[in-house]
Amino acid sequence: MKPFTKIEGVAAALRLDNVDTDVIIPMDALLSRPRDELGKYAFEPLRYKPGGSESADFVLNKPVYRKASILIAGRNFGCGSSREGAVHALAGFGVRAVIAPTYGDIFYSNCIKNGVLPVRLNVETVHAVMDAADEAAGAAPFRVDLVSQTVMAPGMAPVSFDFDPALKQRLIDGEDEVAMTLRHEAVIRAWQTQDQSARPWAWTVLQGYGA
Amino acid sequence: MTPPQTIIEKIWSAHTIISENGLDLIHIDRGLLTDLSGTIGLEEMEADGLPVHDPALNFAIPDHVVETGESAGFDPARRERFVATLERLSARADVRHFPRGSGRQGIVHVVGLEQGVTLPGLTLVCGDSHTSTHGAVGALAFGIGSTEVKHALATQTLWMQRPRLARITLTGKLRAGVYAKDAALWLIARLGADWGREHAIEFAGPGIEAMSVDERATLCNMAVELGARIGVVAPDQTVFDYLRGKPYAPRGADWETAEAAWRALPSDPWAAFHKEASFDSGEITPQITWGTSPEHAIAVGGAVPPANEAAMAAADYIGLAPGQAMGGVPVDFVFIGSCANGRIEDLRAAAAVARGGHVPEHVTALVVPGSEAVKAQAEREGLDAVFRDAGFEWREPGCSMCVGVNGDIVPPGKRCVSTSNRNFVGRQGPGARTHLASPATAAACAIAGTIVTAPHSVEKAGAA
Repeated sequence: MKPFTKIEGVAAALRLDNVDTDVIIPMDALLSRPRDELGKYAFEPLRYKPGGSESADFVLNKPVYRKASILIAGRNFGCGSSREGAVHALAGFGVRAVIAPTYGDIFYSNCIKNGVLPVRLNVETVHAVMDAADEAAGAAPFRVDLVSQTVMAPGMAPVSFDFDPALKQRLIDGEDEVAMTLRHEAVIRAWQTQDQSARPWAWTVLQGYGA
Repeated sequence: MTPPQTIIEKIWSAHTIISENGLDLIHIDRGLLTDLSGTIGLEEMEADGLPVHDPALNFAIPDHVVETGESAGFDPARRERFVATLERLSARADVRHFPRGSGRQGIVHVVGLEQGVTLPGLTLVCGDSHTSTHGAVGALAFGIGSTEVKHALATQTLWMQRPRLARITLTGKLRAGVYAKDAALWLIARLGADWGREHAIEFAGPGIEAMSVDERATLCNMAVELGARIGVVAPDQTVFDYLRGKPYAPRGADWETAEAAWRALPSDPWAAFHKEASFDSGEITPQITWGTSPEHAIAVGGAVPPANEAAMAAADYIGLAPGQAMGGVPVDFVFIGSCANGRIEDLRAAAAVARGGHVPEHVTALVVPGSEAVKAQAEREGLDAVFRDAGFEWREPGCSMCVGVNGDIVPPGKRCVSTSNRNFVGRQGPGARTHLASPATAAACAIAGTIVTAPHSVEKAGAA
């Protein structure tokens, strides 16, 4: 997986609550396009009008925010479907860090797996950072640093954020998780053997049931 | 002496193989593979040259992309890409596969329960957010992304943060004509679509105990619309009676051992939760959504809330004005089905309302059973004839118009009353306008040709 330590770049404020993963990447684009093209379809229902022309007033269509790498959003960002394509679409657009009060749980986890940093800040601070992004209008850079756990927005004192230490380490290392887990293979198999005697009923699927 | 524990902690601890730095490596007892995330997961396994760790613990069931009947938008190439690939790759990996026509095909979250693949006390995952549904029988079940699908296939484990603990207690009993779907929407409207984030929710109390497994499934299904990855109900006699004799449920001595273990699962008295809410079931009324989040739910017969900024955007998309009465607004489509409401009790409730009525010309009404087993049972009960006689289309099982990837879509600007779980922008098709409701309310809207002005089924029940 892709490691993450810090990002410096343009921040854009998406002032909407409950932005769901169907909006971040609609199913049709997800199923008909390769993963590395999904960036073009990020926020498709908000970004394009029916017929395909751009909606001029959508924040990411404004010239100053087209290269945004930091997205600031309302509460419950990425709620809904588990589709990991939502993170692929964001990353494909160029977003490497999101700042929001809360996230959909599965989306949050999918971010970690793809080297996208989901920062949680309280609602008031998120609104202040949004105001700073509008004020900067793409001209002054924002910084999000995972190592020091700080957000630096122009005109604001540095804001620190909480982050789970284990997830932080995984983001910084960017190591392949399957390979890492398979180093515990003997322990996993031993657990399974012991569990088959402790809970035989949980393993009856091994016995050709359902035929 | 062990401190009192919740059902969530009991199952979690029993599955923790290793703890490292605050993350638990938990064993996954069952994996379900859909024709979308399951197909992609198996493809990624092949691409990386990884073998499936425990093929017998995984089940492949096509549901999202399968056709449900004649549909102009159905794309055979997409079926080939996803459904046929799932069949081929699961055969190669020696994973059980329930194809169309096997008698076991259907929506994974309907099939897992009805086949006894899901059992109390198990951990179960699927690359689909509505995996929370399986909590209906007391399993810890949660949706995962495709990277985690690959990890679960390759190791039969996942690294997880222990969820925080939440409990929603329903006292009393649902009033006649009020369904589990109404309870789910009512709770989401009151608590908000992110109340359960970072938590697993136990649903408890007399209001839950009185529910059938089908009703508990509807409620646990929508735990994710409350923001929680996991919803769970403690197993009880209702669950044991439901599971006994199911194809993959344990038998004989294994059943006896299992039932003894399951009886120890319910949360201990005095077990502590991080977050709690309690409501009287008797206050819950039939609900319908007016906007583009499940938290935009109001009582059937009510009006769109007055203007505020967020509501304006949602109301604009949905084509209603702030303050507008919902009743009498014409509908174009009605969809009865999905992992929220595609079970036999849902079809019975809808059929009871549809019986003898007739869907007007301007409405397309679909009934899509949740599984081949549900469809067969409904046909034994003659429900298919009730629906057909009333002008509904009787379809083959699948996710269908809930998510619209098999061509069953609502056209732009058209209005659909749907028993599914999401009214998101574009969910049922680009520009589609969705109103979530129970099967009884949806059927009433189909017959009326409009959003109903009053809770139809309550009127009916009022006479009883």
